Amino acid sequence: MNETNTSSRKTTGATHRTDDWQTYPTKILVVLTLFAIYGTYRAFENNWYEVGNLLSPFYSPKLEFSWWKFSPALLILPIPGLFRATCYYYRKAYYRAFFGTPKACAVTGTANPRYTGESSGIWTLQNIHRYAFYMATLVLGVLWWDAFQTLFAAGHFFNFSYFQISVGTIVFFVNVVLLSGYSFGCHACRHLAGGCLDSFSSSGASKTSLSIWERITKLNEKHEMWAWISLFSVMGADVYTTVVARHGIPADPVLFSMDMITNLVAK
Amino acid sequence: MLEARMKVWRGDKNGGAFKEYKVPVETGMVVLDAMHYIQREIEPDLAVRWNCKAAKCGSCSAEVNGRPSLMCKTRMEGFAQQGQEIMVEPIQAFPIIKDLVTDVSWNYEVNKRIQPFTPKPDADWIIYQEDIERVQEFRKCIECFLCQDVCHVIRDSNRKDAFIGPRFMVRVASLEMHPLDTGDRLKFLKERGGAGYCNITKCCTEVCPEDIHITDNAIIPLKERIVDEYYDPIARFFKHVFVKK
Ligand code: SF4
Ligand code: SF4
Ligand code: FES
Ligand code: FES
Repeated sequence: MNETNTSSRKTTGATHRTDDWQTYPTKILVVLTLFAIYGTYRAFENNWYEVGNLLSPFYSPKLEFSWWKFSPALLILPIPGLFRATCYYYRKAYYRAFFGTPKACAVTGTANPRYTGESSGIWTLQNIHRYAFYMATLVLGVLWWDAFQTLFAAGHFFNFSYFQISVGTIVFFVNVVLLSGYSFGCHACRHLAGGCLDSFSSSGASKTSLSIWERITKLNEKHEMWAWISLFSVMGADVYTTVVARHGIPADPVLFSMDMITNLVAK
Repeated sequence: MLEARMKVWRGDKNGGAFKEYKVPVETGMVVLDAMHYIQREIEPDLAVRWNCKAAKCGSCSAEVNGRPSLMCKTRMEGFAQQGQEIMVEPIQAFPIIKDLVTDVSWNYEVNKRIQPFTPKPDADWIIYQEDIERVQEFRKCIECFLCQDVCHVIRDSNRKDAFIGPRFMVRVASLEMHPLDTGDRLKFLKERGGAGYCNITKCCTEVCPEDIHITDNAIIPLKERIVDEYYDPIARFFKHVFVKK
């Protein structure tokens, strides 16, 4: 019963597909590689990550200890890194783009009669995804805090006479909203919120679970999209912070502030 | 009249080759109609399995231009209008019997290994829609085995010995998520069903003619249930202390 295949399609990459199946894995390969290079460079750079009320998401929360001589980013980035690396969507993306298991559907992948997938070796670590979700959610909480910081001039947090909206505010809020869309559409979160139940109607609590589960399911259906746009937004927030820190494009242009209102009224 | 150039695989377990046919294309024609035309007008000994011609029996699975598809659901016009040759061959993951017909009996053997529906003896058979909706999606399965065919674990690595394949992950999900079922198939799924062999690359979902979200709604939730039981001590504790099945 073990023989397969009628035609000669045993070699990797062999297929009779006539549509464009190469573009998807190629795009992923390029984007993930560029992101990894940029992320690694920024993590080790240990500079230009904080200016005024902006703190780059790559360095937040800022963990500075006397015993740690290297970049603080190296202490925090493993959390979002692990979260994305074990994400069910990114797994599909990198297995296809980097490992060819398979590159595309009905295209011969790296066939291996001893293949065990995620059931053995280092790959069983994928099962810790929900713990990565817990930790990444804490980090996300800090990033929301950072976004709120941008609503006040540096050094005046929660002083409403210093309320302002700058370009940085927009960049940071867009980023945390997209990151939240990604995190709360997570399959592990969907499971924990209600997917683990067999019956939704049995109690008041399980009915609440159902309504949360349904909302998460809505996000989860577009998890791939959230995964990409939040990756770009987090990079965008970092790039913006670096550029302001380095070149001070007049120290994060303010679009709205209480001073503006006062001046307007005085006129 | 538009004419399609078709290449159909002809042969048996000893080998075979693609053979060319010219088939007139009519409006609304599907690949299965073309196979019937060949049988009727050119070569009556072409072997093809079919039954409903309505994408509901799951018999006519094949690969059309390299894509695992139901022949009765795949239109000819699109290909023919672009002047594209249409290549039809049997599904690749199972042993060939003749021409487009393969031996899919392995699947039925796998099915027997799954603990069947086991309701509570005193079950209340009034079931609410919200409790059964997930399972209803899985019940749409027509057992075409296109997902089994495209799954690289079966197709490329031929691990039929270790992995039950997406179709049966769907079946297990339909039982595990059933509000009245009392069976526990997680140990089977982890140890003998090979749930960990699936690397969630989603080809099964891409080809399913019933649009079942196999990976997102069946396989990943099952993987998470396995995590509860085998990889997450906290969840395991809560499950055993607070949840009674
Ligand atoms: S998602 Fe899993 S079961 Fe589906 S085709 Fe891919 S490896 Fe096979
Ligand atoms: S799950 Fe979909 S692709 Fe797989 S056998 Fe059922 S209908 Fe066919
Ligand atoms: S599945 Fe993507 S973040 Fe959890
Ligand atoms: S003939 Fe029944 S599904 Fe195609």
